[in-house]
Amino acid sequence: MKTEKKSVQIAAKPKVAFFDFASCEGCQLQITNLGEGLLDILGAIDVVEFREAISEKWDKDYDVVLIEGSIGDHHAEERLKKIRARAKVLIAYGACACTGGVNGMKNSFELDEIRASVYGKDYKLFDSTATKAVHQVVKVDYSINGCPIYAPELVEVLKCALRGLPYTVPDNPVCSECKLNENVCMYERGVSCLGPWTKAGCNSWCVNNGNICYGCRGEVKNPAKNANDVISKYNLKPELIKAKFDMYNKCKEADNNGNRK
Amino acid sequence: MATANKNLDIKVEYLTRVEGHGNIVVNVKNGKVEKCEFHVVETPRLFEGMLRGRSIFEAQHITSRICGICSCGHSLASIQAAEDALGVVPTEQTIKLRKLLLDYEFLDSHILHVYLLAAPDVLGVPSFIPLIKTHNAVVRRALRMKKAVNDVCDILVGRHIHPITAVVGGWTKLPSKKDLDTQIKILEEMAGDMGETLKLAKVLKFPDFHRETEYVALVSDDGEYPLLMGDIGSTDGKRVSKKDYRKSTNEFIDPRSSAKFTKWSRDSLFVGALARFNLNADKLHPKAKAVAKELGLKPVCHNPFMNTVAQVIEIVHCYYHALEILKDLKKNGLDYSQQVTVGANEKGAVPVRAGNGVGSVEVPRGILHHNYETDRAGMIKVANCIIPTNQNVNNIEHDFAKFLPEIITLPKETITLRLEMLVRAYDPCISCSAHYLDVKFVD
Ligand code: SF4
Ligand code: SF4
Ligand code: SF4
Repeated sequence: MKTEKKSVQIAAKPKVAFFDFASCEGCQLQITNLGEGLLDILGAIDVVEFREAISEKWDKDYDVVLIEGSIGDHHAEERLKKIRARAKVLIAYGACACTGGVNGMKNSFELDEIRASVYGKDYKLFDSTATKAVHQVVKVDYSINGCPIYAPELVEVLKCALRGLPYTVPDNPVCSECKLNENVCMYERGVSCLGPWTKAGCNSWCVNNGNICYGCRGEVKNPAKNANDVISKYNLKPELIKAKFDMYNKCKEADNNGNRK
Repeated sequence: MATANKNLDIKVEYLTRVEGHGNIVVNVKNGKVEKCEFHVVETPRLFEGMLRGRSIFEAQHITSRICGICSCGHSLASIQAAEDALGVVPTEQTIKLRKLLLDYEFLDSHILHVYLLAAPDVLGVPSFIPLIKTHNAVVRRALRMKKAVNDVCDILVGRHIHPITAVVGGWTKLPSKKDLDTQIKILEEMAGDMGETLKLAKVLKFPDFHRETEYVALVSDDGEYPLLMGDIGSTDGKRVSKKDYRKSTNEFIDPRSSAKFTKWSRDSLFVGALARFNLNADKLHPKAKAVAKELGLKPVCHNPFMNTVAQVIEIVHCYYHALEILKDLKKNGLDYSQQVTVGANEKGAVPVRAGNGVGSVEVPRGILHHNYETDRAGMIKVANCIIPTNQNVNNIEHDFAKFLPEIITLPKETITLRLEMLVRAYDPCISCSAHYLDVKFVD
């Protein structure tokens, strides 16, 4: 990655920080899984906070921050706002951060009820609020959808962010990639799949491996042309599809990158 | 005595280089330890609550997201619990491939811990980033090994973080002959780096600290080092079947901190690589046994810092065990008719019944239990997950209570670092253990 190309805001060796909130930390692990390729990225940036991997702390401003995880308590909300105030560019990465991800399923329950179901009568000791995606709390400049993120997309977005270029999450359905990969459609194999309603960009990762799409990359604005056909052709109950979609998409996704809704 | 009037106030917030968020709080007044605690602070994600009302066929996908680094372990425990509830008996081939996946999980997680998370402590730097300059070859090797394991995982389960092909009922995609060859090739090419890892392990030095405790891990009657299946046993001579996992955890509320702790025969228990080694060292792969000898680790070892050394030994075990499975599969061939299409089980590929099932699997950080109760339609009514780090938190605090007085004369910074090292030796994965957390702070 080259950074000499001048961008308006970002310093030659940008100060980059990674923070995590309610998440499984799988998205930051996707970064360490880049292997030696990680060193190329590290050569171009100056990592100032990465709690999982380092013990150094930084108390000045950040050129770029990457936020993993969703927001689910008061302390987290305050911490996120403080980080935003010190960050020139904020990237939300992973479904948890971009759409609430699996944490959003919490919002399908009455809050006190689900808290008590896990912690018993002392549940009030553990602060917990309805799950919010990052953009529901602060302005987000770039989003990298997916659970986990797809590493090539991360590299792409980082390049854009470091150069001040825009990046838009693809808004075509997973089916478009799935067809190119010549998979036999899951509907033909007798099971339902959320591909027609889900944003592409993962190269139909799950279907290539014999599983169904679970909707982790968020909802497309315009579902596949055949989405309604799929519903009628296979005699699906729309509630079933919605219940499945809730696994990742209980919190609303940002309308567009950077547009807080 | 110099320590008699020592006052100490240590608060390490968001302990770095540990998965998840942990705080250490230490309070010493006039040389007397008033408080020495390890807190887990994280937003509760309430997985057990969220699972209610979801299909048992979604449980693997959802619980995998409890922890990225243990996602294959959670998947395997979840699948085992679901199949137990449904009464599904996996085929021999399915089990073999699951064992292979677990080997990969151990390799990946232990390499990450030994190199990127623990080695900086021992080499005296704050993180692996300065090591890029000072120990460039070491960092490159670590990343190369991690990448290699990641690549074999990609082939086997689609991706290492949140595996795709391992589901209730079997595998949605079985590795082709070429896939087997590629995995063997990648692993064999790692051999040199494995050797170098042992050299590194030999120079790592750990504090000399000992405290007897109860080591808990899977045990079995066959000759295989038990990771995927077995009963729950301990160095205090206990043994129960996984159905009775609650007997081995006895979760209790500590009035001082309101966090839930576990214990079995004594005040606290230890799960993880050192527990497995202490219980099952005689079943390790011969190559791993040789390495244990070289590194001077013998069961029963009571030094928690040696958990990292036990991890190195397990790296060797899992490496050779994985190669053996791959070569066996290659020799005997796979039965591709066993490939399954399950989805939400619309086709009824897996017969469904009401039930209650337990999955107890060794994951890198220790024994992990999943337990689901389902209704007749396969919807989850109650879910319970007991995570290794949760079981260890109590033991960490008991270690603190003995360790701190032993090091109290050292400068505050050294004490802090030693306590952090002790916590890190357990390789705690706090994102999972946020099942319970402690919200008390010392000002
Ligand atoms: S998006 Fe998925 S992989 Fe990433 S942190 Fe959230 S649960 Fe983990
Ligand atoms: S519905 Fe699913 S399997 Fe079918 S084409 Fe779309 S993504 Fe592929
Ligand atoms: S196929 Fe669907 S569930 Fe799988 S990674 Fe892509 S968007 Fe996510």
